[in-house]
Order: sequence, then C-alpha cells, then structure tokens
Amino acid sequence: MSVSVDPNHHQSEGVPAPSAPSVPDRGEELRPHAEDAFAAELAALAAQDDRPRPARWRMSPWAVATYLLGGTLPDGTVITPKYVGPRRIVEVAVTTLATDRALLLLGVPGTAKTWVSEHLAAAVSGDSTLLVQGTAGTPEEAIRYGWNYAQLLAHGPSRDALVPSPVMRAMAEGMTARVEELTRIPADVQDTLITILSEKTLPIPELGSEVQAVRGFNLIATANDRDRGVNDLSSALRRRFNTVVLPLPESAEAEVEIVSRRVDQIGRSLDLPAVPEGIDEIRRVVTVFRELRDGVTADGRTKLKSPSGTLSTAEAISVVTNGLALAAHFGDGVLRAGDVAAGILGAVVRDPAADRVIWQEYLEAVVRERDGWKDFYRACREVSA
Amino acid sequence: MSEDDQGGGTRRAPGPLLLGVRHHGPGSARAVRAALDAARPRTVLLEGPPEADALIALAAEEDMRPPVALLAHVVDEPGRSAFWPLAEFSPEWVAIRWALEHGVPARFIDLPATHTLARGREEEEAEEEQADKGENEKEGDEKEEDEKEAVRIDPLGVLAETAGYDDPERWWEDVVEHRGTRAGDAFAPFEALGEAMAALREVYGTGGHDRDLVREAHMRLQVRAAQREYADDVAVVCGAWHVPALRQRTTVAADRALLKGLPKVKADMTWVPWTHRRLSRFSGYGAGIDSPGWYGHLFSVPDRPIERWMTKVAGLLRDEDHPVSSAHVIEAVRLADTLAAMRGRPLPGLTETTDAVRAVMCEGSDVPLSLVHDRLVVGDVLGEVPEAAPAVPLQRDLARIQRKLRLKPEASERELELDLRKETDGGRSRLLHRLRLLGVAWGEPVASRGSTGTFRETWRLRWEPELAVRVAEAGVWGTTVLAAATAKAESDAVGASSLADVTGLAERCLLAELPDALPVVMRILADRAALDADVGHLAQALPALVRALRYGDVRGTGTRALAEVAAGLAERVFVGLPPACAALDAEAAEEMRGHVDAVHGAVGLLAEDGEHGKDGTDGADGGDGEGGKGSSRAGIRGRWHTVLGTLGGRDTVAGVVRGRAVRLLLDDGALEQEEAARFMGLVLSPGTAPGDAAAWIEGFVGGGSGGGMLLVHDERLLALVDSWLTGVPADAFTDVLPLLRRTFSAYEPGVRRTLGELVRRGPGPGGGLAATAAGTGAPGFASGLDTERADAVLPVLRLLLGLDDDGRTENDLVEVSR
Repeated sequence: MSVSVDPNHHQSEGVPAPSAPSVPDRGEELRPHAEDAFAAELAALAAQDDRPRPARWRMSPWAVATYLLGGTLPDGTVITPKYVGPRRIVEVAVTTLATDRALLLLGVPGTAKTWVSEHLAAAVSGDSTLLVQGTAGTPEEAIRYGWNYAQLLAHGPSRDALVPSPVMRAMAEGMTARVEELTRIPADVQDTLITILSEKTLPIPELGSEVQAVRGFNLIATANDRDRGVNDLSSALRRRFNTVVLPLPESAEAEVEIVSRRVDQIGRSLDLPAVPEGIDEIRRVVTVFRELRDGVTADGRTKLKSPSGTLSTAEAISVVTNGLALAAHFGDGVLRAGDVAAGILGAVVRDPAADRVIWQEYLEAVVRERDGWKDFYRACREVSA
Repeated sequence: MSEDDQGGGTRRAPGPLLLGVRHHGPGSARAVRAALDAARPRTVLLEGPPEADALIALAAEEDMRPPVALLAHVVDEPGRSAFWPLAEFSPEWVAIRWALEHGVPARFIDLPATHTLARGREEEEAEEEQADKGENEKEGDEKEEDEKEAVRIDPLGVLAETAGYDDPERWWEDVVEHRGTRAGDAFAPFEALGEAMAALREVYGTGGHDRDLVREAHMRLQVRAAQREYADDVAVVCGAWHVPALRQRTTVAADRALLKGLPKVKADMTWVPWTHRRLSRFSGYGAGIDSPGWYGHLFSVPDRPIERWMTKVAGLLRDEDHPVSSAHVIEAVRLADTLAAMRGRPLPGLTETTDAVRAVMCEGSDVPLSLVHDRLVVGDVLGEVPEAAPAVPLQRDLARIQRKLRLKPEASERELELDLRKETDGGRSRLLHRLRLLGVAWGEPVASRGSTGTFRETWRLRWEPELAVRVAEAGVWGTTVLAAATAKAESDAVGASSLADVTGLAERCLLAELPDALPVVMRILADRAALDADVGHLAQALPALVRALRYGDVRGTGTRALAEVAAGLAERVFVGLPPACAALDAEAAEEMRGHVDAVHGAVGLLAEDGEHGKDGTDGADGGDGEGGKGSSRAGIRGRWHTVLGTLGGRDTVAGVVRGRAVRLLLDDGALEQEEAARFMGLVLSPGTAPGDAAAWIEGFVGGGSGGGMLLVHDERLLALVDSWLTGVPADAFTDVLPLLRRTFSAYEPGVRRTLGELVRRGPGPGGGLAATAAGTGAPGFASGLDTERADAVLPVLRLLLGLDDDGRTENDLVEVSR
C-alpha cells in the first residue's frame, strides 16, 4: 500500500480514498490482515446494520462490538468471536472510539492487545494497516511526517516531497490509526501525539500549512502494563486517552485451553515430535502460574506472595513448549514434571533474592501438601537446590 | 373494598391508593412522595410490623437520622430478632416523614412481629411441612418450584428477564428510577407496576410461600379497617409484589380464618442505628441492595445525577492525591452517556458510570475504583437514633447475664478474683473479656496476686455511667453479648493493620470464648502471614500464637484451626529466616537473635503438641524435611533443626545468630559435640575477624541465654571455650579481650567466680565428660551425684507432673527444668 496524501484531500472532505490493498495473490500471505481475513463477516455486518453510524465508520458501534464478540445476524450469518473476554471491555473500547477520545489498551504481554486493536481498526475503518510500531528508536517522523529527500532537493519543500506517516494519513482520511507499544517510544516523541489528539491538527511549519483531522479519525494505542516504568506517559498525554485494561483469562479452564491450543500450533510449526497426554502437566503449569499471579491458591483458601515476573499466559506457553522439546529430544517422549520444572523456576524467579523466597514458600506451603503433586515437588526441589 | 376497578374520568382509581414499591428504591421513594402530595390521603399505611406504630413518632425527632432499622426481638431471647432497615431513600421512610410532616396518622399493617418471630422458631418444621403438602400446590415439578421460589424472592428479576435485561437492577433503573416524575402523572408508574405484578401473580400464584397469604390477609383487614375510618383517603405503601393481593376481593371471614391460631411470642420493638454497609444484608424487607450510596445520591440530587456523581468521584479521588481534572469529569460523563446509548439505555446507570470512571479517571485500574466503590457506591453512612428510643436488646441481654452471674454493675471500684475452674467464675471471665472486645471497659484485667496459674484471673471492676452509652452503641453489632462480640471481633480482624494485632485478637477470642469468630480471625491471620514479607513480624507473631494455642488447650477450646495456622506460620518463618539473617548490623543481629530464640521456644511447644496430638500414628516422623509426609507438625522440629543448621553454617549470617543457632542445636542434641567444636574452631580460626568471632561466642554462651550456668555445669562446653581461649595467639588476644569481657561480665557474680575457679583448677582428669566418674566436682558440690538421694525425689516429681512411666519421663523433666 503506498497511497500518498492528496494535498487537497483534507479540504475536499470527500469520500475516503478507496484503500484498494495491493494484495499480491489471495491466500499466499503468511498472515492476512484482519479486514481481508474476515472480509465476508465485515460485509455482512455492514449490510445488515441499520443503526446510526458515526461519520466515516463502516458500521455502527453496536455492530463493531458484535464483530469482536461474535454472534448471529438476523439472516443467519455467524460472526465468529474475535475476542473472548468480558463484554464490558469491548463495549467501553468501541464507545471510546465513537467519542473523539483516543483509546489506550493496557495489559500484560499476551492479553491480545494488538489483536483487539487490529480488529477494532478493521471493523471501524475497514483498514488496520495505518500502524506505527513503537520502539526505543521510533523517530518523530514515524508519527508526524518525513521527507523524500530527492524530491526535496530537486523541487524544494512541497506537499509532493512530504512523506506522510500513518497517523497523518489517518487524520486526512478520517480513519483509525494504531500505535503499538506506546510506552516504548521515547517520551519526547510520544508527546507529539498531544497536539494531534487535543487539537486534532498536525502542523507542517516547513510549508506553512497543516493537516486537520477529518471526522472519523481516531487512534488506538497499546502499551504493556509492566513496562510503565520504561517511558511512562506524561500526564498531559495520558489525559487524552481512555484506558481499557485487558485482563488475563478469567478461568483456569479457559487458560488451559488457550495454552494447549497454542502449544499444539507452535509444536507443529517447530516440527516437534507430537507428545501425547501432556494435558495434566499443562494444567499443572497453568495452576502454578495462576496461583502465583493471583496471590491465592486455586481453592481460594491460602494467600501467597506474588513474584516480580509477569507469569502471563504467553510465558506458560513457552514453559510448556520448552518442556515438550525437552521431553521429545532428551526424555521418554512424555511430558513430565521434571521437563517443566526448570522452565517454571526460570519464569517465576526473576529477582534472585525476593522471588526465590516466594517460590520456596510456595513449594513448602502449597505444593508439598497437595495430593498427587509429589513428583512435581521433587522435581522443583531438585532444580531449586 | 367496595368498587376497586378503574373509574372513568377520575384522576385515580377509587379505593385505597396502592403504592407498590421496591424496598430501598430511590425512584420509588420519589414517586411515593409525588403520589402522596398529589393524593393527600388522610392516613398512610405501611408494610411493617404494627408493634412499631408507637415508634413512628420518634422518626420526627431531631436526632433521628437514617439509615436506621426497626428491630423486633423476642423478649426473653434477644438472639431471635428481625430487622426492617430504612434508608433516607426508602419509600417507607419517605412515607413516614410525609405523614409526620402533614400531621397524618401512619400505621404499619404487616403481620405483627409477635407472629413472625414465633414462626421463626418453627421455621424448620414448617419448611418440612410445606414440602410435605406438595399436593396442595397442584403440580410438584421441581423446576417449576425453583422458578416460583425465584419469582417470590425477586419478582422484578422475572419482569426484567422478560424485558430482556440480564440485571434486574438495571431494568428497574431504566423503567422506574430514571423516569423523572412528571407532574400530574404521579400515579401512572404505580398503576403500570401493579398491572405487571398482577400478571406475574396470575402465573406464579404465591410463589410457593403460603406465609405471604397470611401476611396479605392481615394487610387487607387493616386496610379495610382504615377505610371504614377514612373512606378512600387511604394510601398504602407496600412491596410491589403485594399490590395485586391487596386489590383482590375477599371476604373478611376468609381473611380472619387465615389468621386464626397463629403461634405467638412476646416481642419487643425499637429503633436501632444502621449503616449503609449493612443495608446490603438480607432483612425483613427481603434482599438487600448493593449500592446504597449510589441510591442515596440518586435520591438526594435535584437534577443531573451523572454530572454530580462524576464530580463527587473526582473530589474523592483528588482527596486521595489521585490527579483528576475537570476535563476528566467532562470526558467521563461523555463516555457514560455514549455507553448508555450504545447499550440502549435512556440514561447511564451505575454500570456505565463505573465503566466510564474506570476508563477515564482511574486509567483502567481497579485499585482507585475500589476506593470509589467503598466510599461512594456503598458509603460509610451511620444512622442515629434518639435517646428516647427503647433499650436495645443487647442491654437486656447484658442485664440478664449480669443477673445470672450475680455480677452487679457498681460505680465504685473493686477487685474481683476469678477461679476459672468454677463455672460461674468462668462465665464472668468470658463476659468481661467479651465486653472488652466490644469496647465496654467495665473490667480491666490486672496481674494476679500470688498465683501465676492460668486458671486464675484478677479484674478491676468499675461501672461508669457512660458505659451504658457504649452498650447502646455496641447494639449495632448484635442482639446478644456473644453475637455482638463475635461480629465485632470479625470486623476488627478484617480491619487490623498489623499481623501482631491479629494474633492478639486471636488470643482475646480464645479468652472470650468466641468459637465462631475464630475461623475468620484465623483466615485473616493466615492471609496476613502469607503476605507479610518481614520475617521479624512473623517470628514475633509465632510465640503469641503458640501461647494462645496452649492456653486454648487449658480451657478446652477447640484450637485445631489455630494449630494449623501456627504450623503454617512456622513454615514461612523457616523459609524466610536464612535470607533475612544475612548482612545485618550489630543491632539488627541482636534483634534477630531474639527472634531465633522466640521461634525456637515456639517450635518446641508446637512440636510437643504435635507429638501429643498424634501419639501412636506417626509421632516418630521427626527427621527430614524432604519426606513430605502428611504430618507436618510432628516433623516441625526436624525442619527447624535444618534451618538452624543452615544458619549456623552460613558465613554471611551474623556471628551472634550463627553462634546462637549452633548452641540451640547442641542443646537439642541435634549436633554432635565434635561438630560444634568444629564450628567453633572454624569461627575462631585466624581467618575470621576477631569481632565476628567474639560475636559468635556471645551468641553461643551469651549472657541472656543462661550460658554461664551452662558452662558451670557442662564442663564439656567449658572445655571447648577454654581450649579456644588458650589457643588464641597473643597478639590477637588483646583484640578479642574487650568483646569477651562484654560476654562474660554479664554473668552473675556467683557464676563468674565459679567459672574462674573451675578454669583455675583446669580441666579435671580425663576432661569434662569423665568428671562424674573421676570424682572431681565443682567447688561446693560433692564429687559425684548421690544417686540414692536423687532417686528418692523422683516419685514426688512424677506425682507432681502427673507423668506415667512411659519412657518419656526423662525428656519432660529436662523440659521442666528449663
């Protein structure tokens, strides 16, 4: 996609530029964009949606929520759920986009922040590609605009020499822009967003002009909960966002399901030998992760200290994947307590002093007494010693 | 009820004005006020026990402030009681106030409490009976019964479900609460609601509760009586569920028949102060409400409830140093409005408001949000009741117990000696302890004179007039001293700030014998212990807990839960102690040594209890901590020894703690003499800083731990110290001298002299252990034990200690001699 901004576009307020994606061959992409993968569902929703739509939205907020949460349309079209979680969260997120406040999705790694933001953009604007990936090296140009230096040298500063950022394009076309990992972007670069979000204007002093956001423009940012210290948002910027925290899976069963499904996928893509009957061990890993994360045992009777690590679902997945690799290459092909013990220790004990005490307390107070966990206790004692 | 169908052109239907409400519904309350203003009835009838009629006038008093509750209790049994709480926004309260302001008589018309309380007594039997006569109910399909039950408990829930709402509160908010009452239309909501209820009751009948029929019969009779007096100028405020029944045409005779032969008890009524928090409890008005603060807000604001609510929230957050600007308030209101629109609601409700507050003002975090919930949505409003209100049952209960225990409240101070083995004295002690928990400081425990036995207590008693006020205040906690003390202890435990507070509370619960409060206290204790990262706190809490455990045993209280918690606490101390002992300065090390001593003592008691308790099963499971066998308490001493071993052998641990750990192990016989000598040799070798070495000695035989006497009597140890001292090189000796002096100068003069003499004489031939055989005793002692005379003492000792000759005697004697 290389659509440049029409210099007069922001004044004409016309139909948004048809973002005909320059897709090479259907089905060849490793990972198609949300709006392509679910084009049929989006079309069906838009066609049957008779509720009021905000300016330049492809469908009503209600339909966007249905697209994310799943459901069945009056004509029988089944909308698959894209996000499994509390309805409240999706409703608040969609409503935020419908007002002119920007949306900040917070959560520990592996809580589907990016996934939700992509699908929101796809449903609202029909385009999820207006994306700025935040890194420690993200320059201001990535959020405002850059220059095509050949053009600049040849013809001097003009709109033609200007390379718009995804945010600028979204402003001009009334689309939804996305910023990933907002808190990894250096603070001074972050703050360029303030003008964009409060004035809805992007000044171009070199040309003595500006790009004014047209109705329908909004921005979805994602940030890692645990990274708050990296480049914390200034309160001026924070004030421009409505914040929605995406939670970790609510029930242990849901999490076991997610872990085993992902482990299966990863295992296949890594060509690991299939290891059967690992579900008990997976359940155990998930239980340990959840208990330490929540600071309370699964039966809710004993409180625990929580270690400094995230212990997200994603980490549980990697512990199990590692264990599978161990079992397949060095063990007897069955996932056992010993295969996951070292991985768990590594995930839990991030701070050698404090976390080790927490882990040992957990071992002695909870694991040792638990029926059927003797092998796990021994394996953990072995690697902890 | 002559003609109760809708008349043509009148503004309201003839017959009594039936105002069906939702108890504690602010919208209902507003609508009731509007309807009363419009209809101006000459009397107001309310759902509630008629015994309270005399108390209505008190509602007009200056110092009567809701939330309050009508409390009915059986005269001789204050424990059996029922509450009818009223908040400022309760329709019943509004109606009472309206009646008082307009000089109109108000009366309660529900079944008298004397019957309802009597029924409570036979509740179980009655319940069974009901189950038996299932035929009367036509069809006995279980599912249907459940459904009936649900509709009786929550008729609005069924209506809401029919309307497609998952939450009845939201439905009610949408349909009634958020409908600002328009002038001239004051009766419309009640008519609509009454019709809906009629439809519901056509389908569900009484919802399976025959008791309602009786109550409604009584209400009908009362309404008729009022109608005879005031014609149709009668307003009835009752739960919406009862409206169709009151409209029903029945004969007086039929209603009377229903009311015949009801059981009766003598009941008393009074007003008691209530709190918003307790409004959420199930009560005489059915299920409670979750958000009294929010309802109070809806009721009290004149307009723009959401904007005002958001401003309130912002104010609260600002007071807590959470930066919230006016822009936040604006955005929160906008988000709440948009959310409501998206969810198809006419106005934002509590759900939308909370979502908006979370997303805009709390940055998605639930932590400040819980503050909002606690302070605003629920709210800390405490009601007040005028002095003139009749005595609360707690006072009666106290008076009754005082009579029973022959313990009169006297203004003059006096001392009371209690022998807890006597029943009356035990009861007195419990009463005084319970009152102390309730903040009624009638008695104050003082140190017992003479005897130190655990069965003796001394109290200083003095009844001050203001204690009566305290008792009245404590009335919110319960209707009997026992129930109130239990509730207070539980609440104290939840609010306790430190671990030590909770352990203290546990001890007091045992003293006051509050078995029901103990599980809660224990759970909180376990939680606190689990989250407390400071081993010092845990180590401090453990001895108190073990003490309480032993004390509970003396009194025969069940202490299982306590023992479990103590064992868990000990485990946590074991894990946390080694890291906590590293890198300490002298002062902290000294403190830590105290903790180690305290834990050691506690573990000794705990292990002993474990062994006694589990005699025969697996009392011998002493040794390794690895075993993971079920009996955690029996092996506790073994695991403690492992911890002490770790402490003793780790170089980073402060010297004084290391020395102490080795000494404790040696004392317990868990460490061989040679091993101890090796530890000592390592520490006292030239590579160790002299200061550290001396600290080790201090820990090993230091003053406070009876080390001097030990050295006097155990020549083995003296030889260890002596041989080290003589082996210290001359140049290093001057360095350690001051430190050693500090250690040994703390001994008593007698001990010092004896030690000096022992050392001057040098080790006896063959060394310490051979001393008895060789016959060179300490000066002043015979050369050996006179076994014949020693044996003579044993029978008496056995008798005193109540020991059987079961082979443990020797151990226990050692234990006692310490």
